Amino acid sequence: MADTASTHTQTVPARPGGWEGITADWSSDQGAFKGVSWGKVMMWIFLLSDTFIFSCFLLSYMTGRISTTAPWPDPSEVFALTIGGTSIPLILIAIMTFVLISSSGTMAMAVNFAYRGDRTKTAVLMLLTAAFGATFVGMQAFEWTKLISEGVRPWGNPWGAQQFGSSFFMITGFHGTHVTIGVIFLIIVARKVWRGDFDQERRGFFTSRKGRYEIVEITGLYWHFVDLVWVFIFAFFYLW
Amino acid sequence: MAQAAAHAQGQQHPIKLYLVVWGWLFILSTCSYLIDYFGLHGYIRWSLILLFMLLKAGLIVAVFMHMAWERLALMYAIVLPPVLVLVFVAIMVIEADYTLFTRVIYFGTGP
Repeated sequence: MADTASTHTQTVPARPGGWEGITADWSSDQGAFKGVSWGKVMMWIFLLSDTFIFSCFLLSYMTGRISTTAPWPDPSEVFALTIGGTSIPLILIAIMTFVLISSSGTMAMAVNFAYRGDRTKTAVLMLLTAAFGATFVGMQAFEWTKLISEGVRPWGNPWGAQQFGSSFFMITGFHGTHVTIGVIFLIIVARKVWRGDFDQERRGFFTSRKGRYEIVEITGLYWHFVDLVWVFIFAFFYLW
Repeated sequence: MAQAAAHAQGQQHPIKLYLVVWGWLFILSTCSYLIDYFGLHGYIRWSLILLFMLLKAGLIVAVFMHMAWERLALMYAIVLPPVLVLVFVAIMVIEADYTLFTRVIYFGTGP
């Protein structure tokens, strides 16, 4: 808690920064990423590959939307909800966005408490994050049910361009799957934290290795990424 | 002992920083929603959507994912490749425009 300035896990020799640092790090006959554990680097590289998957989905959506001659259904109206007699545009999606951002906030604090070794707070915040995630998936299920009952199918819909349905189901479905996996991941890690696995150096049942509190940060990376993807989906699919 | 030392370090930042970023994410999301609520259209809509999107994405990656405190080697390895997706975007915009053009010419269902 005392040292808020120090951020790197190792501070052994002073290494050059800037462009010189990049060349030095990459050219040396050793690990390229200094002061970062393999687990974290692997998560980052996985997230990079996942970025390309979501980029491809959004690109195919863009291509479909530009090239169709039929009018594109107005998301503002499609995703409107009637609350108390008045139709509010896009309100469900706005609430989903706030739920996911809240979950990102609780996750960031969970990471902080994990490095301070505060087991209870970490586990509670992670479970809260998982609860927000589950709420999000629930609202998405509601949204899907509503659209399917209104006649949206991957091959057509009542309002215009046929590509709307397939883009919608592919993009939000894949994102929802990521959120669901994240919720499971969070619950597993929260249980380990709660039980004190990382203090007792208990070995994982799958890897037989001792875990560290860093897994909370790695889980957090995945979770923030899910939120990050939603930022782009919200902008391009729902608002554009 | 080494294990205990590892616990004490890692990404340690004041809680206040996260709360501030959290607040900003809420404000930016509200702004994005208001674009639609007030029904802005055309270039002002698109540029505002992109602006708020990039600010939100930047805050999440830099602070929540701690990218701002990582070494440049990792930062560039992860952040640069997605930027190259923009080339793919450019290719597909040209291709999609051409598809639209041929559809309008040969099927005559254009606007």
